[in-house]
Amino acid sequence: MADRKLRVMVAKPGLDGHDRGARVLARCFRDAGFEVIYTGCHQTPEQIAASAIQEDVDLVGLSCLSGAHKYLFPKVVELLREQGADDITVIGGGIIPDQDLKSMHDAGLKAIFVPGATLDSILDWIRTNVKPR
Amino acid sequence: MYFAKELLEKSSEMRKKWEDEVRKTVAKWPDQKERWSTVSDLEIKRLYGPEDIKDMDFARDIGYPGQFPYLRGNQVTGYRGKYWTFRMFSGMGSAKDTNERWHLLLKQGQTGLSTAFDFPTLMGYDTDSPKARGECGKCGVAIDTLEDFMVLVDGIPMDQITTSMTINPPATALWAMYCAAAQIKGVPLTKIGGTIQNDMLKEFIAQKTLMCPPEPSVKLISDTVEFGTKHVPRWNTISISGYHIREAGSTAVQELAFTIRDGVEYAEDVIKRKGLQVDEFAPRLSFFFNSHIDFFEEIAKLRAARRLWAKLMRDRFKAKDPRSWWMRFHTQTAGCSLTAQQPYNNVVRTATEALAAVLGGTQSLHTNSLDEVWCLPSDHAVQIALRTQQLIAEETGAANTVDPLAGSYFVEALTNEMEEKSWEYIEKIDDMGGMVAAIEKGFPQLEIADAAYKYQNQIDAGEKIMIGVNKYVTEDKGEIPFLEIDDSVEEQQIERLSAVRRKRDGKAVKKSLDDLKAACKKGENVMPYCIEAVKNLVSVQEICDVYREVFGEYRDPGLY
Repeated sequence: MADRKLRVMVAKPGLDGHDRGARVLARCFRDAGFEVIYTGCHQTPEQIAASAIQEDVDLVGLSCLSGAHKYLFPKVVELLREQGADDITVIGGGIIPDQDLKSMHDAGLKAIFVPGATLDSILDWIRTNVKPR
Repeated sequence: MYFAKELLEKSSEMRKKWEDEVRKTVAKWPDQKERWSTVSDLEIKRLYGPEDIKDMDFARDIGYPGQFPYLRGNQVTGYRGKYWTFRMFSGMGSAKDTNERWHLLLKQGQTGLSTAFDFPTLMGYDTDSPKARGECGKCGVAIDTLEDFMVLVDGIPMDQITTSMTINPPATALWAMYCAAAQIKGVPLTKIGGTIQNDMLKEFIAQKTLMCPPEPSVKLISDTVEFGTKHVPRWNTISISGYHIREAGSTAVQELAFTIRDGVEYAEDVIKRKGLQVDEFAPRLSFFFNSHIDFFEEIAKLRAARRLWAKLMRDRFKAKDPRSWWMRFHTQTAGCSLTAQQPYNNVVRTATEALAAVLGGTQSLHTNSLDEVWCLPSDHAVQIALRTQQLIAEETGAANTVDPLAGSYFVEALTNEMEEKSWEYIEKIDDMGGMVAAIEKGFPQLEIADAAYKYQNQIDAGEKIMIGVNKYVTEDKGEIPFLEIDDSVEEQQIERLSAVRRKRDGKAVKKSLDDLKAACKKGENVMPYCIEAVKNLVSVQEICDVYREVFGEYRDPGLY
């Protein structure tokens, strides 16, 4: 199974509808040859964790631009952990101020991409750090 | 023909000479890049001249301000009688916090109010809903019941100042609160003025503030149009919005075409469902556009918008009242053009975009604050943004004369191009059976996704420039103070709400909700029931839960 394609879920937690970044990334991941599941907007952390497990993904990429990431991102990691799926890598992106980066990493987010991150830089990070499970 | 034959002949002769010179020049000093294009990737020529607008007809296509086709503006005297409305979109934390910001802005010379609600309010959830966790007051003001709303409008003269509310699925509930608040303060509904955004089609297309499926969403909008026409004549019951379409990554043409086609859809529904004559309600339809960073493209888009709508209203809808032909619009500078990096540069971007909006003849304007990429604007940042408008109005001379760019070969040619390309989209959507049908096919959503993806790739490749992002990058992050909404706002708001739930008359609440549900099932206009309900302290979510129950819930299909 080493050559299996990477399965990636792009997810929008919370009530935020700013999905431009999420959709651009979903397309970018598809063009990069990943299998992509995009949840659409307005998912609860519970829904995201459940679909990630059900879809057997290798990576969950969370996007939030509303300022609610402080609650939503760690919650997804926590729920995955509770359900024994802590080998699913979780990363995040959006309007995440510098002062929140440490708490995001402490909560188990493996990377946070902020405005200005290029598509290539995100792809590179994934290729280096995430392998099919 | 726009020009005399002699002029065109002379121009053609001179142009050949110029072209010879160009060839020689570029042989020695080549152009910096092969293709020059707008931010929307519309190719722009090296030079525009008489031949580019030779097919225009002065009376048909340009004309005079206040005359069909309103290319040069609705107002006969442009900005000389009155500047555009300085209307800063604001809302944060609690109703009290926002009310304080409003009074600050009014003291500084703002001339209209504009309300930003937080995500739970925007989506029709109360602060104590599990779905609202972590969101209270973050992106705007939290409003659960009329009690909050009364605090929001405290000290605001509702018969004198117009208020815009960016609210979509729960628009009926929030507008009902505005109406109820006015009545409680002794201001009759005929005296209040303002706007509710109330444009659901662009939510499905772009902004994704979703609740019910498209069909009943349009029905609720037609209810407000009917209620406004009959009872609140100074209210704009819809602000047909291109802003969010553009922010989602569309081109200027897509923004223009989809917005105008949305307008057609709403007008058709009101006529069909409510039996109103077009001239009864069309004068209160209002629009809302983005002003992005490409200066001339934006001016052309806004000028073309007025001409397009005037033609549609007169020729397609057979409107007779000139006020139906007017496209009245608000403009906001482009949030998506701002950068988190080197944030002070955003002041320059916003000023440029605001100037384009003014030269395009906007009637109302919001200028973004330099810190809005990061957070809700601080007092200091919002003052700079407001001063940007005042400076354009009162220092630059941009408002001295009406539509100063009319007759420019380039601006007129680009205006024509905006219009022609928009017609192509409008016809395509007509062929699909209208905008609701097109949305169900995912057409506008995917057109925008294409454009957004292309733009991001152009940025990454350095074909399009964002200063501080892919050029002139510095390590200096340009630290700015952040306005943070404390988590205690959420706790306090939940306490406020539970106090309201405890003290209100449970029977009256239940009756209001039963009556509203019955009205929804019978297809009656919901507005009178909403006003009654909010007066009985029914919450935003309680009203919206009725809609969700009767009309069903719509989920984002997640197209990309």
